[in-house]
Amino acid sequence: MRRALIAALVAAVVGCAVVTAAQQAVVVPLILKAETFEDAAPKAEPQAHSHAPGTPADHHHDADAWSPADGIERIAFTALANLGVSLGFALLLVAGFTLAGREVDGQKGLLWGAAGFACFTLAPTLGLPPELPGSVAAAVGPRQVWWFGTALATGVGLALIVFGRHVALKILGVAAIVIPHVVGAPHPPAGEAGGVPPELAAQFAVLSLAVAALFWGVLGWVSGTVWRKAS
Amino acid sequence: MSRIAAHASAGLADLSGRLGQAGLLALVGLAFLFITGFAGADVLHNAAHDARHAFAFPCH
Repeated sequence: MRRALIAALVAAVVGCAVVTAAQQAVVVPLILKAETFEDAAPKAEPQAHSHAPGTPADHHHDADAWSPADGIERIAFTALANLGVSLGFALLLVAGFTLAGREVDGQKGLLWGAAGFACFTLAPTLGLPPELPGSVAAAVGPRQVWWFGTALATGVGLALIVFGRHVALKILGVAAIVIPHVVGAPHPPAGEAGGVPPELAAQFAVLSLAVAALFWGVLGWVSGTVWRKAS
Repeated sequence: MSRIAAHASAGLADLSGRLGQAGLLALVGLAFLFITGFAGADVLHNAAHDARHAFAFPCH
């Protein structure tokens, strides 16, 4: 337990530092740019973030609610949130190490990181591409449910394929990975478009996937390396 | 025979120990993820806004 916590903590701190730097360099500038389009769009509803007209919104953001001031405060809170996300993902990784009960080092950790990327980035974004502020999407609740269900199904599926001893288990694993995409992610009504230029959205999608891949690589490698050293 | 039984029961105890630890680690990990990535409260959403978008979490 002690080495799991140490490995998760060290990996989370390093992962957070790397992902925060990479985000601020290439991803956050696109978010800020998208917000200028969002702000320029006609205000259909008094919200901090506009749900485009006609988009079902099951929760409303209170425009008066506190939010960090642009600049250093906003960057600091993004870094803090990144630390929370990094800790969450790192703990899930070492939970995987613990459950699998096999030796893990830096190289094996990198494979675990790749699996994390597949579960928590690649599979969910196949149905719900990375979104810039101001893009049109279905209600957030069902999207979160689909996102989480897809990550879980992909994780279970990968575990069955990698660790399953019988071929039937491996086939079941493939099915678990495919099923969420057959069910399909919640999408907004056809024909609705947001105010964000498609070029910007495409750039954001690719760059955020690249940053996530870097993050998962670092998280997996560091947690595996520390896991090995702390044994 | 008894040695095999002892071996099997040790293996089982090992597995259940690992299951408990992994479950606990995963639960705490999911709690961190939920608070930073998914919780609906405005203040949490606004503080984590850019991180949620950058990690491709469904944000708003």
